[in-house]
Amino acid sequence: MVGDETMRRKIPLWRDERVLKGVAQVISSLVILGALYWLIDNFIAITQQRGMPLTYGFLDEAAGFPIKESFIPYDSTMTFGRAVLVGLINTLVVSAAGIVFATVLGFVVGLMRLSTNWLISHIALAFIEFHRNIPLLVLLFLWYFGVFTKLPAVKDSIAIPGFIYINQRGFYLTWPHLAEGGVLFAATLVAGIILAVLAWSVLRHIREVRGKETYFGQISLAVLVLVPLIGWFVSGGKPVLLDAPVLKGFNFQGGLRLTTEFTALLIGLAMYTSAFIAEVIRSGIQAVRKGQIEAARAVGLRYSQILSLIIVPQALRVIIPPLISQYLNLTKNSSLALVIGYQELFAIGKVTINQAGRAVPVFILIMATYLAISLLTSVVLNIYNKRVQFIER
Amino acid sequence: MSRKLLFVFSLLIAISMLATACGAKQTATTAPTGGEGPAPVQTVEVVRTVIVTVPVESTALPPEVIKPAGYGETLAAVKANGKVVCGVHTSLLGFGYLDENGKNVGFDIDFCRAVAAAVLGDPEAIEAVSITAADRGPVLQTGEVNMVTRNMTWTSKRDAEWGNFTWITFYDGQGFLVRKDSGIASMQDMDGATVCVTTGTTTEKNLATSFADAGLTYEAVTFEDTPSVYGAYVEGRCDVATSDKSQLAAARAGFVTPDDHVILPVTISKEPLTPAVPTGDDQWFDIVKTVIWGLINAEEYGITSANVEEMKASENSDIRSLLGVEGESDWGYTALGLSPDALANAITAVGNYGEIYDRYFGADGIAFQLDRGLNNLWTNGGLMYAPPIK
Repeated sequence: MVGDETMRRKIPLWRDERVLKGVAQVISSLVILGALYWLIDNFIAITQQRGMPLTYGFLDEAAGFPIKESFIPYDSTMTFGRAVLVGLINTLVVSAAGIVFATVLGFVVGLMRLSTNWLISHIALAFIEFHRNIPLLVLLFLWYFGVFTKLPAVKDSIAIPGFIYINQRGFYLTWPHLAEGGVLFAATLVAGIILAVLAWSVLRHIREVRGKETYFGQISLAVLVLVPLIGWFVSGGKPVLLDAPVLKGFNFQGGLRLTTEFTALLIGLAMYTSAFIAEVIRSGIQAVRKGQIEAARAVGLRYSQILSLIIVPQALRVIIPPLISQYLNLTKNSSLALVIGYQELFAIGKVTINQAGRAVPVFILIMATYLAISLLTSVVLNIYNKRVQFIER
Repeated sequence: MSRKLLFVFSLLIAISMLATACGAKQTATTAPTGGEGPAPVQTVEVVRTVIVTVPVESTALPPEVIKPAGYGETLAAVKANGKVVCGVHTSLLGFGYLDENGKNVGFDIDFCRAVAAAVLGDPEAIEAVSITAADRGPVLQTGEVNMVTRNMTWTSKRDAEWGNFTWITFYDGQGFLVRKDSGIASMQDMDGATVCVTTGTTTEKNLATSFADAGLTYEAVTFEDTPSVYGAYVEGRCDVATSDKSQLAAARAGFVTPDDHVILPVTISKEPLTPAVPTGDDQWFDIVKTVIWGLINAEEYGITSANVEEMKASENSDIRSLLGVEGESDWGYTALGLSPDALANAITAVGNYGEIYDRYFGADGIAFQLDRGLNNLWTNGGLMYAPPIK
C-alpha cells in the first residue's frame, strides 16, 4: 500500500499512460454503444411511424406465388414461411453443389497452373484471369442468355435416346428410382460402403503396424460389391427402376431434371469461384518449402506420392483459411441467381417483400439467414482447420 | 505487484466513470431540472408536476383547424428541390422508356411531367428514378420518391400497405403472349406449359390462381427485370409470357418478328394501372389526383395543348374554371397551394389524356398501336370518367 502511495505521488493520474489508455477505451466504447443505440432506436421509431412494424406474423399467410424448383413439397397455397424455407433449401443445394465442383475444378486448375508444361500452365492462367477479371453477374448472364437458352428447343433436344436429353429447358437424365423392396437394397448398399471403408482402414492399419501384406484393397472392394449384390437378389432381383425422361406435351416428364437456371447458376458460380480457389491452392503449394520436395525425391517417392504425402498435407494449413472465405463468397454470390430466374433465398425474399408488403422484416430475415449460414460454415471449417494445423510443441 | 495493483485501481476508476456517465445520462433524460446527487426524491416530483400542468393549459386554449402532421410537406420539399421525384420504368416501350437521346419518355412519364408542370411550371423539372417492379412498395413506404408512376396495379392490399393510389390512368387486364406456331389458342391448351413472368407483380399471383382454378399445371420461370422475361420467352425458354396486355403489346412490338407472336383473347384479371404517392401528405395526394382529373376532363371539353390560350376565353364556365380564369380559388388551387393556371400549364406541357394516349399508342403513336378500348372517355363508351374540376 505504501508503495502505491508513493507511485501515485510520482506520476499524477492524468499523466499515467495506463490510466489514460483505459479511459480512452471506455470513452470510445461508450461512443460506439451510444451510436449503435441511437441507430437502433431511430430505426424502430421510424418503422413504427411508417406503419411497418417489425412483426413476422405474415409468414403464416398464404404465399400465393409459384416456385418452379423445390426440394420439399410446395404449392402456391402454402405460407410465406414455407416459401422462404424453399428458398433457403435451394440456396443450400446450389451452394453445396457449387462448393464441391469449385473445389475439384479449382484444385485441378491450381495444379495445372504449377505445371512445368508451358501450354498447360498458360491454359490455366487464361482460365484464372478470365474468371477473376469479369464480374460474376456478367458471367451468369453470359452462361444463361448466351449459352443455355440458346440450346435447341424441346422437340430438337440433343439426346442420347433413352438416357439423356439436353435442351433449353434443362438437362433431363435417366435416374434410378427405388422400386418395391428397393429400401432393402439401398440399406445393403449403404452397409456395403460402410463395411468396405471399415475393412480398408482396419486392414491397412494392421499392415502398417505389423508390416504384413493384408490385401486391404482387394478385400474392401469385394465387400463393396458382394454385400449389395446379396441385397439385390434378396430384394427380388429388381429393386431399382430406371426412370427415363419422356416427351409429353410441352416438356419432358420423368427422370432427373436439372433446370436451365440451376445449371447455369451452378456452372457460373463453380467456374468463377474455382479460379479463386486455384490461386489459393497454388499459393498453398508454393508455400511448401522446396527442401521438403527435394527430400521426398531423394527418398525415392513417386510424384503422386510426393503430392499426397508431402505437399498436400503441408499446403492444407495455408490453403484452408482463404478457402473458407471462398466458400462463404460462393454461398453469398448465389444470391445473384435473382437475375437468371433461379429462385433461391434472396429471390424468394424479394417476391415475399412484394406480395406481403413487409420490406424491413424480410430483409432482416434474409440477412440473418445468410449470416447464420456463413457463421456455421466457418465454424465447421475452422474446426477442420485446427486439425490440419501443425501441432506446435 | 504494485503495477498490477495500479492496473486494478485504474480499472476501478474507469468503471466508476462509466457508472457516473450512465447516471448522468439518465438524469439528463428523465429529470429536466437536474437534481444533484442524492437529493430527496419527493421534491423533484413536485417540481415536475407543476411543469406538466402549465403547458397543457396554454396549448388547449386556441382551437385551430387541425392539419395532420405531414400536410403540405411534400409540396414544400418539391418547391425547395425544384423538381418532382418520380419512380418510373425505363425499359417498357410506350409506358416508361428512354428515347434515342436518353430522355425518359412514355405514357407514365407524361403524368409525372404534368404534375411537375402544374406544381413548378416546368414539365422538365422531374427526376426519374428507375425502379424495378419489386421496388415499388419500398420506395413508397420510405417516401424516397414523390410519386410512383410505373404501370402499377391498384389493389386494396397495396393501397393499405404501400401508399395512396391516386387515379386510374390505364385500364388493363392480364393476358398471354404465345408463338403462333405453338398451337395454343385457349387457357386449356396451356396445361403443362412453361410461363415466363416478372417477379414481384400481381401477374405472378394471378397466374397461380387462374391456373389453379382451371385445374391446370404449369411451370413459372420468374425474372427480376422485364427485358429478361421477354428475352427468355423469345429464346424459347418459355411457351408463354404473361403480363398486362398493354405490356405484352409493348414487348411484342419490340420483337424482331412481331407477327410470329399473338396475344390470346383471354383476360384473367383486372389491372387498373394507377400512379401512387407516399402516405401522410393529403395535400400532395390531392394535387396529383387533381392534375390527372384535369387532363381527363380537358379531353372531354376539347382542350388540347394547342388551344389552351383560346379556350381560356371559352363561354363554357367549366372550361374557364379548369384553366384557372374563372375567379378566386375556383377549383381549389389555393387550398392545394398551386397557382390558378396550374392545370393549364399541365395541359400545355403534355396535352390532354387523349393526346398522351395517342402520342404513344394512337394510329401514329411512337411506341405501338393499341386500341383505346376501356381507356376511351365515358362519353365514347370507355371508362375514363373524372370528377369535375370546379
